[in-house]
Amino acid sequence: MSLSPRRVAVVAIESVGPYALVRLQRGGLEPGIPGQFFMLRPRGLLLPRPMSLCLAPPGELAFLVDPIGRGSRALAGLEAGEGVDILGPLGNGFGLDVERPLLVGGGIGVAPFPYLSERLGGPPAILGFRTAEHAEAATLVPNAEVVLEPAYVTEAFVPGHDVLACGPEPMLETVRGLAPDAQLAWEAPMACGYGACYGCAVEIDGRLARLCVEGPVLGGHAQVPGTGTRLQGAVA
Amino acid sequence: MILNASGCLDALTAPDVARALDAFVTKTVTPLPREGNPPVRIAETEVGMLNSIGLANPGIDRFLDDVLPRLLAVGPAVWVSVGGFAAEEYAGLCARLDRTEAAVLELNLSCPNVAAPEDEATAIVRVARAVTDKPLYAKLAPGLPDLPSVAEAAAAAGADGLSLVNTIRGLALDPETLRPRLGTTSGGLSGPALRPVALAAVHAAYRATGLPIVGMGGVETGAHALDLIAAGASAVALGTVLFADPGAPARVREELRAEATRRGFQRPAAARGVAHAGVASTADADSTEAGRVGLKV
Repeated sequence: MSLSPRRVAVVAIESVGPYALVRLQRGGLEPGIPGQFFMLRPRGLLLPRPMSLCLAPPGELAFLVDPIGRGSRALAGLEAGEGVDILGPLGNGFGLDVERPLLVGGGIGVAPFPYLSERLGGPPAILGFRTAEHAEAATLVPNAEVVLEPAYVTEAFVPGHDVLACGPEPMLETVRGLAPDAQLAWEAPMACGYGACYGCAVEIDGRLARLCVEGPVLGGHAQVPGTGTRLQGAVA
Repeated sequence: MILNASGCLDALTAPDVARALDAFVTKTVTPLPREGNPPVRIAETEVGMLNSIGLANPGIDRFLDDVLPRLLAVGPAVWVSVGGFAAEEYAGLCARLDRTEAAVLELNLSCPNVAAPEDEATAIVRVARAVTDKPLYAKLAPGLPDLPSVAEAAAAAGADGLSLVNTIRGLALDPETLRPRLGTTSGGLSGPALRPVALAAVHAAYRATGLPIVGMGGVETGAHALDLIAAGASAVALGTVLFADPGAPARVREELRAEATRRGFQRPAAARGVAHAGVASTADADSTEAGRVGLKV
C-alpha cells in the first residue's frame, strides 16, 4: 500500500441514529481486512482522524462516525461532492479464521462490525448502546441482539464462541475476563496511523508498542493498560 | 536538504517516506529506555498540534544493538538525536555513537516534555565535542530569552550547526469539561502556529552565528521551506505535516524548487539569508557543515 493519501469525494452522509455514515468514493483503494482503519482528513483539519471501515459497497468505502468533537463533527458535516484525504487501510485487522464467531461491541465500537459480519457470513452479535437512538446502528449488523444501558453486553455473553470485540476499554477488559482468547480491537489517539507520531504508543505485554502498527486488533492475552478512552473523543 | 524533525517519523515502519528525505533524524535516544508520558498524548487545536510523547525510546543499548543497524540499512544518512538529564549523559551517548555510522549527532537541548537543561546547553555541547568528531547540531528551544546568545555560546563550545526550533509549550482544554486534554496537562505545540516563531529563531541565529541551520516549525509547503531558507536555514525539516501527508517530502521538495525558480534563484540554496537585506551573508551553504555531511541544497 502506498503511504500517500488520496483525495476522494463524498458520495453521501447518512444519519444512523446520532451517528453519521460517511460514504466515500473508493478511489481505487482496497477495503482491507475488517478491523483495519483509514486516516480521514476533511479540509480545515491539521490532522487526519483514524476510522475503521464500516462497509465496503461496490465503488465505495463507508465509515460510521460519532460526531462528538472537532474532527468527527467535521467528517459528519461533509456534503456530497466535497473532497476528503484518505490513507489506508492501516494496522492489523481481525483474524477471520474462526469457527464459531460472536461479535461483541459497544457504542461507536460497532463501527467495524457491518463489514466484519459480511466477511464472516453474518455471525451472531451482541451490541450494547446508551440509548435506543444510538441502537439504530445495530440495523447495520445482521443477527444482532441489542442491549441497552443499564444492562451491559457482557451480561448477555454466551460462552463457547470465538469472540471478536470492539468497544470502550472497560467493556474490552470485561470481555477479556470472560473470553481470554477473544480478539479485541483497541482504540488510542493517533495523529498519523503509520507509526510516526507515537501518540498511540502503549505498553503491550511489558514493552512499548504502537497500537497503529501492532494493533488495533490484538489477542486477548496482550496486556494493554491505559490506551486512553475513546479514540474519536481524544483527538476529536 | 529536506529532513524530518526528530520524533516525527519512523524509518523502520515507513522506509519509503524516509527514502524521500536527504537524511533521516531519529527519535531522541536517551541512556535508559523510556516509556514516555501517560495518554492522552496528542491533541489538535485550531492553530496546531500538542504532543506530550515524552521521549519514548528503547534506550541507547537496544538502539545501538537493534535499531541503528536497521535504520542505516534503509538508505539515507542517519542523524541521531540524543537527550539526557545531565551533561555527562549526553557525553556518554555521544561517545558511544561516535563509533557508529551515524552521520550527525543532534543534541536535543529543548524537549518541552521532559526537564529542560537549557542552562546547561553550552556545557553539554562542550562535553559532547570532547568525545566525538562527528558533526554536532544543537537543537534549541524557541522560547529562550536570548536565543542569539545561546546560539553563539553553542557555536563557541563546538557546535557545527543548529536545529531550530523544537516545539513550544502549550495547553488545550476540553471544551465541555474545561480540563486539560493531554495526560500531562501541557505539551509541545507544533504545526502552523510555530512557523513565525521558527522564522524568527532561524533569522536571529543565522545573523548571530552563520552556522548551518536546520530550520523547522510548521512547514507544510515549498513556500514555507523557502521562507526558512531566506531567513538563514541551510536545510529544512518536516514535522507535523508528515502525520497528515507522508508524501510531503517529495511534494515539498518539488514545490520548493518551483518557488525558488519563480523568484529567479537557480536553486533553493541561493536564497539562503536573503531576508537579511543589507547584511552580508556569513555562510555559504556548500562550504559549511551542511555540505560536509552531504546535504546539497
